[in-house]
Amino acid sequence: MLRKTLAVATAVSAVFSGAGILMSAGPAMAQNEQFIPGLVYRTGPYAPNGIPFADGVSDYVSLINERDGGINGVKLIFEECETGYATDKGVECYERLKGNGPTGAAYFSPLSTGITFALTEKVPGDKIPLLTLGYGRSESRNGAVFPWNFIAVGSYWTAADVAIQHVAKELGGFDKLKGKKISLVYHDSPYGKEPIAALEARAKLNGFTFKAIPVTHPGVEQKSQWLGIRQDRPDYVLLWGWGVMNSTAIKEAAAVAYPRDKIIGVWWSGAEPDVIPAGDQATGYKALLLQHPAGEFGVHADVKKSLFDKGKGVGKATVATVLYNRGLINSMLGVEAIRTAQKKYGNKPLTGEQVRWGFENLDLSEARLKELGFEGMLKPIKLTCTDHQGADLARVHQWDGKAWKVISDFYTADRSVLDPMVAEHSAKYAAEKKITPRDCSKEG
Amino acid sequence: MVVFGQFLEVLIGGLLAGVLYSLVALGFVLIFKASGVFNFAQGAMVLVAGLALVRSLDFMVARGVPTWAAIVLGLLFAATVMAITAALVQRLVLGPLVNQDGLSLFMATIGITFILEGAGQMIFGSDVYPLSLFPTDAWFMFENAFPGGILVNKLDVWGGLIAGALVAGLAVFFQRTKTGRALRAVADDHAAAESVGIPITWIWFVVWLVAGLVALVAATVWGTKLGVQFSITFLALKALPVLIIGGFTSVPGAIVGGLIVGAGEKLAEAFLGQHIGGGIEYWFAYVLALAVLLVRPQGLFGERLIERI
Amino acid sequence: MLYREAGQFKTTYSADMAIFPIRQDRIALYALLVFVFIGVPLLARFQIWPLGSDYMLRAILIPFLILSLAAIGVNILIGYCGQISLGSGAFMAIGAYSAYKFGTGIHIPLAWFGTEISIAPLPLIVSILLGGLMSAVVGILFGVPSLRIKGLYLAVATLAAQFFFDWVFLRVQWFTNYAPSGSVNAPELSIFGYLINSPIERYVLCLTFVTVFALIAKNLVRGNIGRQWMAIRDMDIAAELMGIRPLYAKLTAFAVSSFIVGVAGALWAFVYLGSWEPLAFNIDRSLQLLFMVIIGGLGSILGSFLGAAFILILPIMLDQIPHALGIPVGVETVSHLVFVVTGSLICYLLIVEPHGFARLWSITKERLRLWPYPY
Repeated sequence: MLRKTLAVATAVSAVFSGAGILMSAGPAMAQNEQFIPGLVYRTGPYAPNGIPFADGVSDYVSLINERDGGINGVKLIFEECETGYATDKGVECYERLKGNGPTGAAYFSPLSTGITFALTEKVPGDKIPLLTLGYGRSESRNGAVFPWNFIAVGSYWTAADVAIQHVAKELGGFDKLKGKKISLVYHDSPYGKEPIAALEARAKLNGFTFKAIPVTHPGVEQKSQWLGIRQDRPDYVLLWGWGVMNSTAIKEAAAVAYPRDKIIGVWWSGAEPDVIPAGDQATGYKALLLQHPAGEFGVHADVKKSLFDKGKGVGKATVATVLYNRGLINSMLGVEAIRTAQKKYGNKPLTGEQVRWGFENLDLSEARLKELGFEGMLKPIKLTCTDHQGADLARVHQWDGKAWKVISDFYTADRSVLDPMVAEHSAKYAAEKKITPRDCSKEG
Repeated sequence: MVVFGQFLEVLIGGLLAGVLYSLVALGFVLIFKASGVFNFAQGAMVLVAGLALVRSLDFMVARGVPTWAAIVLGLLFAATVMAITAALVQRLVLGPLVNQDGLSLFMATIGITFILEGAGQMIFGSDVYPLSLFPTDAWFMFENAFPGGILVNKLDVWGGLIAGALVAGLAVFFQRTKTGRALRAVADDHAAAESVGIPITWIWFVVWLVAGLVALVAATVWGTKLGVQFSITFLALKALPVLIIGGFTSVPGAIVGGLIVGAGEKLAEAFLGQHIGGGIEYWFAYVLALAVLLVRPQGLFGERLIERI
Repeated sequence: MLYREAGQFKTTYSADMAIFPIRQDRIALYALLVFVFIGVPLLARFQIWPLGSDYMLRAILIPFLILSLAAIGVNILIGYCGQISLGSGAFMAIGAYSAYKFGTGIHIPLAWFGTEISIAPLPLIVSILLGGLMSAVVGILFGVPSLRIKGLYLAVATLAAQFFFDWVFLRVQWFTNYAPSGSVNAPELSIFGYLINSPIERYVLCLTFVTVFALIAKNLVRGNIGRQWMAIRDMDIAAELMGIRPLYAKLTAFAVSSFIVGVAGALWAFVYLGSWEPLAFNIDRSLQLLFMVIIGGLGSILGSFLGAAFILILPIMLDQIPHALGIPVGVETVSHLVFVVTGSLICYLLIVEPHGFARLWSITKERLRLWPYPY
């Protein structure tokens, strides 16, 4: 009995003595370092999509350190925390990492709509910007109400609008949309629900019939949804899935013989892990592009030269895939925001509040993007106090069975449709949270 | 006629989908029958078996081993992995926990689930790995009678055939082989079985091994359907309603339960879901199970519990 | 030597029946209460180790307190009344969403009758408690099958509640005030006009709830109703023959348990997450709570706290050890290792002490009575 008690006591105390280590081990305080946290998911149900993105995010930060020695001499410290796509774990990671480094976290990008919603409530108190590249709250474009959220490059509403524009183009004009049927197969979560408002607005405007079909998380079971689509015969199906849901949807579509080239996925449904498990059945499947396609661009040469050739970097297996490239863009925008802020506050580690100024004054011209090696991946983007999105462009690419091929020009989302929605929903949020919107004309 | 065609199509699709759940539920039944352990780890076992299979397969194909040989060797390798898992589980966890109450054993299997999920992904990787052992396209039948015909997915038919073969095989194993008979004896009363000389730890190892092999079979079908990845573990939750409808202790019950759940949830999703907002199949299966339990508290084929004071 | 009740004579029945009959226990409890109510906020206020940053409060102590509360609720149902439930996450969700509705105002348009029901937004405490109440009502409803279904069959049947409410809060937009994304934000936390914002204030709010409910729970389980629950747990047929009504006993257990779990759910949503979706209360949460009560000790209020601490803090701790020690391993390896180690420890603890930490605690207490003498 005693032995047993002792054994358990040892086990328990060993675990809890870990607490001592953790609480005493403060972060190493070097003065000229800027801390960048990475909320990632390399495990769990969404790992296949989380890994390449995390690789890209990490490699670009390493590249800045290896090639340039940091940003204007300020070294970047990068630390990942595994969220497993779970909101409570994401909040814990956020609390753990936000105070690291001499000045705290520069910005957070959680790559999860759920974690974004939870952190939106927390960042104003901690004064840390939240960079949500093409996901998160669509109405957070309104920087007056959401000073800390940066839904850079595109929102789900942008995506929904562009998807309809592409459908119209394939049909031969917006007037052809009248009387057509478009269904949305969506991940039953805030992520999947976001586009519904925009699509309903479009349906009213263009006179097509819109139907939303939910798929329960994680989306392994979609037979009845697709049998329904087989009966219903919509002219187009939009897919708003994530992780296993995407490849399952494509397979079920193939099983009910729904033409894959009539399915258009959002940019989170258009990467390699979404089509490869479906094999040949995915051929013809289309998805939106958050501007950038898969493939190698200027920056990749640097990544290879400065990282992979020296045995550094983590993304050797995932380099140049869609989500890896998106990870690069994510880090590039963050790094450039820090660089912008350094112009005002000096070449030293910056606080989250200062980095936020950098985001609000981020202005990447064609020439600057070329210099950075992102020409062809991203069009010029300019964030301001009122506009935290900065771009309305998206393209469409198609899976030819082996690779993604860009098949369209840039579309510009129709802001006359979307802006009233942003205004309406952000005003509702402001009223709910008793926020007085900033007066952006007075911001420097 | 259109509605009837759709009804038939959904019904057939549902029945076959249900059989795929049964493949997972069978593993639960085997272990519960022989050792009274409610094995939550069955979903994780499917994942580990699938990962072992697909990773070794990819490894060999990449090195020029012919496909058929790679499949055979891959299956053997995965079976070995499951055997090792079974031995470790029996020796390290369930052996010491013998005679504990059901809840503790259930918790222990959730502990095993964590270990399998962690170790499996650590060894074999956490990406998605496509597997294509069976055709996944569809037949269209009765195209004259119904517009567009009745769609039947080939993979589902394969799943049904495999499940049928599996049940037949298990029946032979239980009825005709010595180990199978010993298993039934242990299931009835393990103390009595032990006293007549049946090596009980060996029997429990065999049960876990058989459940592991059933998991491997399930992994071939589900891996083809979804690609081998973490989400496969969620199958455990889809198998539970199958299990309670059929009863925890009945092999045919697992099949019948699967049929009921599959047909029920798909029909509900297709015809009821439209009116109340879709996405109902997850809870509908459980509500169906709850309804069955209210009528028969031990499931349709479960052994009636006799309580004495 | 120190821990010995010799010389403490009980002269009245009520003294004998006191909640902590041993003086040392009482002193320890008062000391603990003083520490957690005054000491911890002071340490945090002046940023003294281990509360130097608000990480401890916000990411460890607040979730620990809330999950302990939920574990107490689950323990009443499973540990005291013997009804296994895997639907605790759903009851947390019901508490959270009901509290949200009460906190933001309720409008039920009754078009058929040409009228509507309108309730103005209620104060924070009231809406949290009403959230618990709604959870209790639903708990009673889902408790009814327990009269017929037993053991693990009941456990699986309670999953019906889990999945059903996951779906309800996703689909029925009324619950989310028609938010386009279906994710909702907690209203601001204010009590009598006083805004609760800093981590210290949030901590004290949770602590107050937990203390009050732990005391209520402790008193319930040692009273008449608690004895009925335990009789049902130990053998329901025998209990029935002794004159205990299973209907009443089981349903009260479901009600009390769901109430506490619901309150915990409301706190989890309002105080910890701030913004949430049904995924925050999914099946994983239910399993996590089940682990807490089993590892902590079935049928023990103290065990609920110990179990919650272990299950919540262990993975967080393991996750940080390699980094704190400067071992360079990828997060995915760490995360997998955390799974493996957590799973192994759970199995190990179940093997060496199936009755959980609470049992270990009582063994230690026995030993302390004799210490330092062998007999």
